[in-house]
Amino acid sequence: MSFWRKFACVALVLVLGASVAANWLAPASYAKQFRDATNAAPSRAHWLGTDEIGRDRFARVLYGTRISLLLAPAAALLSTLMAALIGGLAGYLGGVWARMAMALTDLFLSLPWLFLLITARALMPLNVSPLVSVLVTFLLLGLLGWTAAARVLCTTAGALRTSDFVRQARAVGLPGQRLFWVHVVPNLKPVLYAQFWISIPVFILSEANLGILGLGVAEPMPSWGSLLKELEGLVSVGEEPWKFLPLILLVVVVTSFQLLLSKQEELPA
Amino acid sequence: MRSLRWKIAGHGLALVATVLLGGFLSATLVRLAPGFDVDERELDPHLNAQSVQALRDARHQDRNVFKFYFSYMNRAAHGDLGTSLALGQPVRTLLRDRAPLTMRLLTMGLGLAWLLTLTLALSAAWLRLSVYDTVTTVVSGTFLCLPAAVLALLSVLWNVPGSLAIALIVFPHTYRYARNLLVKAYSRPHIITARAKGLGEARILFWHVLPVVTPQLLAVAGVSVSLAVGAAIPVEALCGLAGIGQLAWQAALARDLPLLVNITILVTLVTLLANSGADVIGHVVRGQEA
Repeated sequence: MSFWRKFACVALVLVLGASVAANWLAPASYAKQFRDATNAAPSRAHWLGTDEIGRDRFARVLYGTRISLLLAPAAALLSTLMAALIGGLAGYLGGVWARMAMALTDLFLSLPWLFLLITARALMPLNVSPLVSVLVTFLLLGLLGWTAAARVLCTTAGALRTSDFVRQARAVGLPGQRLFWVHVVPNLKPVLYAQFWISIPVFILSEANLGILGLGVAEPMPSWGSLLKELEGLVSVGEEPWKFLPLILLVVVVTSFQLLLSKQEELPA
Repeated sequence: MRSLRWKIAGHGLALVATVLLGGFLSATLVRLAPGFDVDERELDPHLNAQSVQALRDARHQDRNVFKFYFSYMNRAAHGDLGTSLALGQPVRTLLRDRAPLTMRLLTMGLGLAWLLTLTLALSAAWLRLSVYDTVTTVVSGTFLCLPAAVLALLSVLWNVPGSLAIALIVFPHTYRYARNLLVKAYSRPHIITARAKGLGEARILFWHVLPVVTPQLLAVAGVSVSLAVGAAIPVEALCGLAGIGQLAWQAALARDLPLLVNITILVTLVTLLANSGADVIGHVVRGQEA
């Protein structure tokens, strides 16, 4: 394992560990308001200061990281499963099914990702409870993010369908369902794993974009997107640099994922 | 020539099919969206029971998804894209007023992104210095890890034009492909031989490298239009630019579904046209090369 991959692993473990331990590390709840200390600068009591309604920023960053980091993989899992079901099955069946699946993915892929997301998000009610808004945001990511993966899986399953071992199994008289679940799906696993890991940073960035645009996780629930919305009020970059911590964490996490996903030989050692 | 005609006809057919299917999906989503049956005008105390009933009857016609879709497509075919619920203006007028700014922003953003992409990718392929390659990869990788909306916010903070923000959102995606394509092209045996024989760099580039990579670069250019259109939402929304991206954002916040659906279909058309155009030009280039 190269130095950069080890670095990425350590960074991810640290950030994930801190967010999981938010209940113990955070000085207060993410929603608790210190009304006598609104917009406070960093201090011993509030390491990253407080926001405009007096909530401890450090606590919000920890809890927000937990939400973004735990739910993005959940959305990635959902999208990968959908891709496996739609793309894998269509590729395995071939013919008109594969063409229909490809046409559907083409339709989805012809729409810019952010346009698709905000259109779908607008179809859902916006004035929902914070918990529902978290579920809606990440469910949308999972339900809409399967198309690119489905294309890859459709092609892979199509190649497997015409491979020698599948033909032999079919010639022996193995039923189609058993052939798919026992012989085709296990061979799709490497592609599925790759698609799952690729989706996580994409969903983290998408949630951040939605949050900044006010279409993501609702207040008072924190997420990286809603925390980054605070940057909107800045007048200059050097004014309150501690407000950039969520952005730094996001960049570190997404970069770590990219480093882990990229080929080892491409990385500068 | 015949294959080109078939290609164009195929793309045209795909375009029409996508718009029809996209329109149907959008109309269905609008119809099934929570709150479709609710009209806040019913709460107006000035309306009597008959007026309220008339409003309900008018909405009743839209209950069937297929009827709703056909009436929507029929009106759209006659140039009536409906009225924005939030802004109270015809959608067509809104789109016409805001399209020029978005077009300018996208053209400049894409131009800058490709200028940056080709300059850095070509120099990476020419220089073949691992330090330079690492620096450019790290720079593009960093931009790739930043959400588009953050780049838009930073462009406001640093007071740089929105087109630069779009360029910096698109550039890391295009740079990766362009660099890989050019490095691969420059490591081909006939180009190494041409270099060894002392052929000028410009001649190698224009006669041996570009003809090989142009069709693939054109395909990436088609995809980059889609990326730029997507980037227009956060850039216009956060930089206060009154374009179609900002309109889409406002429509999403106000749940103005008729406006949003029309913008979505328009955007799908633009991206499909860009991709089809890139594919057709790539086909022509490949044909000339053959």
